[in-house]
Formats: sequence, C-alpha cells, structure tokens
Amino acid sequence: MTHESYNLLNIIIAPALGFAIISVFSKLLKGRISGYIASAAVFLSFLFSVLAFLDLRSFGQPLNQKLFVWFSAGSFSADFSLAFDNLSAIMALVVTFVSFLIHIYSIGYMDHDKDFNRFFSYLNLFVAFMLVLVLAANPILMFVGWEGVGLCSYLLIGFWYENIENSIAGKKAFLANRVGDAFFITGLLLLISALSSKGDFSLDFTWLKENYQILSADKFAGLPILSVISLLLFLGATGKSAQFPLYVWLPDAMAGPTPVSALIHAATMVTAGVYMVSRLFFLFDAAPYALDIILYTASFTSLMAALIACLQTDIKKILAYSTISQIGYMFMGVGAGVYAGGFFHLTTHAFFKALLFLAAGSVIHALSGEQNIFKMGRLKDKIKITFILTLTGWLAICGLPPFSGFFSKDFIIETIWDSGHKGVWFFSVLTAGITAYYMTRLFRTAFLGKKRSDYHAHESPYIMLWPMSILAIFSVSLGFYRSSFLSFAGMNFEPRHMPALATHSPIIAGILGISFAFFLAESKFSNFIEKTFSSIINLVKNKFYVDEIYDYLVIKPLAFFSEKFIFSLLDRKIIDGILVEGLAKTAFFTGDFSRKIQTGKISSYAAIFTLAATIALMCIIFGANI
Amino acid sequence: MNAGNVLGLSFILFSISAAAFITQKNLLITLMSLELGLNAANIAIVSFALTSNKSDPFIWIFLFFAVAAAEATIGLSILIMISKKFKTINPDKISNLKG
Repeated sequence: MTHESYNLLNIIIAPALGFAIISVFSKLLKGRISGYIASAAVFLSFLFSVLAFLDLRSFGQPLNQKLFVWFSAGSFSADFSLAFDNLSAIMALVVTFVSFLIHIYSIGYMDHDKDFNRFFSYLNLFVAFMLVLVLAANPILMFVGWEGVGLCSYLLIGFWYENIENSIAGKKAFLANRVGDAFFITGLLLLISALSSKGDFSLDFTWLKENYQILSADKFAGLPILSVISLLLFLGATGKSAQFPLYVWLPDAMAGPTPVSALIHAATMVTAGVYMVSRLFFLFDAAPYALDIILYTASFTSLMAALIACLQTDIKKILAYSTISQIGYMFMGVGAGVYAGGFFHLTTHAFFKALLFLAAGSVIHALSGEQNIFKMGRLKDKIKITFILTLTGWLAICGLPPFSGFFSKDFIIETIWDSGHKGVWFFSVLTAGITAYYMTRLFRTAFLGKKRSDYHAHESPYIMLWPMSILAIFSVSLGFYRSSFLSFAGMNFEPRHMPALATHSPIIAGILGISFAFFLAESKFSNFIEKTFSSIINLVKNKFYVDEIYDYLVIKPLAFFSEKFIFSLLDRKIIDGILVEGLAKTAFFTGDFSRKIQTGKISSYAAIFTLAATIALMCIIFGANI
Repeated sequence: MNAGNVLGLSFILFSISAAAFITQKNLLITLMSLELGLNAANIAIVSFALTSNKSDPFIWIFLFFAVAAAEATIGLSILIMISKKFKTINPDKISNLKG
C-alpha cells in the first residue's frame, strides 16, 4: 500500500497523554486546569479523528495500520494494529465528540470537588481505552480496550468511594462485566482454536470477514461452531451493553457522578457490545440461530427494562433503565439483520441520552443533590434553559418526528417488520409506547405539575449549558442524515413499501404513551389502576425481583460455598489447620519427642556412639562383600 | 610373631577400651580408654603391615601416635576445665545437655 495514511495512533495517544499528565502532576494542577487539559486532549483526539475521517473519504478504503507484533506463539500472533473503516470512523467521531462535550460539562459539574484532578484523569483514561476498543483491528486488541473501559467504569462508579454504597455499586458493575468478559474471551479462544486447526490464520477483522466460511461446516459439541462462538460473543456483549441476563449492574452504576453516567453508561461504553457485534456481524449472520437469539433477547430486555422504568422514582434510575431498553433496540436492529440500523440508533441515542443525562445532572445540580422526581415538580419556571433542553431530549426519545430518535427507532421497528418477526415487532412497538409513557412521566413530574417540595433551584452555569445545547442540536438534526448515514455504515438505504399500519404504529404508540402519561396524572384513574393491579405493580416496582433471584440463585449459594467450604473447611481446616499449622506441629512434636533422647549423660552418648560406629562398620564390611 | 595373634590382641584391647568407654564413671578413665582404643587400632594396623610386607603402614602408625598424643593433650585440658567448672569428673553428674 503506497498510500501514506493518517497516523491513527494519534487519536489514542492524545487522551492517554492527558491521563498521564493529569495523574503525574496531580498535586501541581490547581483549580480547573486539569479539566481544561483533559478537554483539550479529547478535543485533539476529535480533531485527529476528523482528519482520519477525511483521509478515509479521500482514500476510499479502510485505513489499516500495523504498529508492531504484540505477541506471538507458534503460528498465532496478535498484532497491535489499528483499523479505521466506516464503522470505526463513526464510532470514533461519536465517542470523541460526545466525550469532549461531556468533559466540558464536567468542568462545571465537578467544580469544587476535592478529587477534581482524579476525575479528569479517569475520564481521559476511559476515552483512551474506548478508542483502543473502537480502533482495534483485531478482537484481541479490542478486548484490551474492552477491559480498560470496564476498569474505568468501575473506578468512576465508585468515584465517591467514601460512601460504601457507591463502592458496592462499582464492585457489582465490575463483577457483572467480568462475567460477560469471560464469555467474550471464551468465544475468542474457541474461534482461535477452531481457526488454528485450519492452518495459517490471522485475527484481523478483514481477514476474518473474508475467511470465516472455513468454519461453517465445523461442529462443537454437536452444534455449529459459528453459533457457539457467536453466542459466547453475544453473551460477552450483554455484560458490557447491559442486556438480559447481565443488565443488573447498570441501574446501580448510577451511583457515579452524572457526567459519568452520561458518558460511559449511556453514550459510549454500554454501546461497545453493539459495536462489537456489528464488527463481527458476518459471523453472526452466517451462524444459524445467532441473530434470532439476539433479536429475542434484546426484545425481552427492552420491554422488561421499559416496564421497570415506569415505576422508578429516581431520575437517574429511570434513565438507566431507559438506556437498557434503548440498547435493546440497537440489538434488535442487529438481530433483524441490519446492523447499520442498530448503529444509527446507537449514534442518535448517544446524543439524546447524553443530553437527557446531562439535563438530569443539571437538575440534580440545581437542587443540590435531589434525585427523586416526586420531590421536584414545576421546575420549568426555575431552570428554563435546562427545561427546554430536556424537552428536546424527551421528544427525541419518545420518537416523535422530526427528532432523531424517531428516525432511528422507527427504522429499526420497520426492519423488524421487514424481517418477518411479527411478534417481536409488536413488542417493539409496545416498548416504544411504554418508552414514551415513562419519559413523559419523568418529564411531567419533574418539570410540570405543581411544586412538590420546598426546594431552591438555581440554573446551572453556562459551562454546563452550552455542551447540552450542542447535544440538543444534534438530537434534533441527526435524523435528517439517515440515508447517508446508513449507506456510510454499510447498507443500501431504500424506502420500503409497507402497510400503513407498520409505518405509522410507532408514532401512534408514542403519542398514546405520552397522552396516557398526562391522562394518568390528571385523573383519578391512576388510583383505580393502582388498586386493581397492585400485585403486578408491586412486581414491577421491585424490578421483577431479578436482583433477589440472582441473590438467591448465585450470590447466596456462592457466599455459602465460599464461607462454609472454601473458607471454613478448605482454608481454615485443611490449609491452615493441616498444612500450615500441621507442619509447625510436626516439627514441634518431633522436637518434643526427640529431646528425650538427650539424657545429658555422657556414658549413654558414648554407648550410642559405640553402637552406631559398630553398625556403620558392619555395614562397610558386609556391604563391601555384597 | 603371628599376625593373627597380634590382630587378636588388638581386638581384645579394643573391646576392653570400648567397655570401659561406655561404663566408666570417671572421665579420666574414659579418656584413658579412648587412648587404649586408639592404640588397639594401631596394633591392628601393625598386624596388617606384617602380612602385607609394605612399609607405609608403619609410617601411618607414627602419624597415629602423634595424633593420639595431641588428642590426649586436648582431652586432658578439656577434662581440667570440666573439673574446674563442675567440681567433679563423674560424667553422670554433668547433665546440662539433658533435653
């Protein structure tokens, strides 16, 4: 390749350098300086991504850069190589741009926090790892970024670690992610072992895409090996992207500072699973059952999370469940066979959900830490700009035209209809309606209605407001670029011919959801519903007892096993009691026994000496004859 | 001089020395029995020298005399120190090493 392509490493180095500078000079950086450094680093990274993007456009082919061989063993070698194709270009641009805005916002939000520098160093580290994940040219390097963002997520969820709840939430996120990661790495190892039996291979995404067919006839434990690998990878994605059955960590992850929830737990990291599945879409596409499993799992997750969101009272928890539900939509798009659709929703969601989270942060900031929406009410008079921005985000997520959420969600729902899964289609429309309902409930309770408690609200500073405004502009406008986006992401977009029912039902569901939310608030009907369906409402309020089920099925037995078997028996009794103390006791008792031999009488020593000498002599004499 | 008789003498002397070494209640006599044992060994070497018709065993014997003399000196000085410290040379009364 003669083309001198743009150096992709710059994109990653900028935030990594920011992280290094802020951590090393943490003691010297006073005030907001570290925030400015971090933001500048991410902005540089964004500029580099734009340059790489322009290069990609002019070159017309994916940019591939092999920097060095990371490690090799036998015929297998993993390279440190970066790739910049259409998918990673979109992802890199979205990640760096949204990150930059959230960095700026954080300067205002985290002002006066005593760990201001630590916050920005983690944030920069996160962006660096996210870009490794995005730009990696092979799944092994992707896994490095994958683990790295998990680490940063853990560090940032437990950022205010003095509160034990936050540390526990961080730990939960880390462990749930680890379960997913174990599936991911198992899938990768299976892929590598299957490929290595076929001769020379490489793990580059491009190579895999061209050569994955060599595995299509293989079986593993009686199942097509591609299905097994795909399923393992998808389970890995459910960990990172908070899908059933590993979604439980995301609501708890809201313990972190709100900009973290916006950046990591809404816009970027949680979509890594969708990105990974899109990257390896050819595998999933070729594997029997894999896409169907994704579609059904995502549909189930989406509906369940939306239902739970309806009865939450914490503004951030509602948004967290909404994120789970929306990522479900992205996976549904992938599962229906059009990953570009899922990817488009990923992009629009990154903007409008980041906006909603930042707006929630602004509200929390305005109310000095209050997160219960039923203690807000009538905020529109107090914080007008935040109100208008939230309005934008709300309309976008409800899927009303012309906001971006409409275009992306509608497209996915149409795709599902097109793929012939009518049942899943019905539930996706239903979920769209429920989404509109719970977001309206949130919006109405917090911003409209009457004042519900005695609060003193103050508008956030401009440094927080203008990043939100930019996000709002994108939330509104991004939908208009649907066709060019989809064709860039790798599909030919052509208007589909579908029955009117199919095209209009998502909007109708959205409007119904919104009206229902307003209707419930104004009438006595809500009391009636609460009384009639109290058992169902309790079930939903308790999040379908999933946490409790996990507690009984996994955590309690594990704790019991660890406590009784590993700790009490294995560690205390066998290792400590028999091995460690046993060794000491053996030495002690041997000493205690053998000290009695020492009579202190010289004649007995002499007797023993003589006897031993005689025996030794006998051995020599008779031994020589043998 | 029959080499066999000489070897027999050596055995007898060594047995006496070993018995005395084990049983005596006087360190001085114990030391003497050790000397006796050493000399019994020397006599055994003489008997072997008589049968092998070589001269080097005789040289060894002189070396052993010298060693025995040096050892006796050291043994006696230790014995004097012991008697000074413990005011006795009965080994049964010196049992500081009892475990």
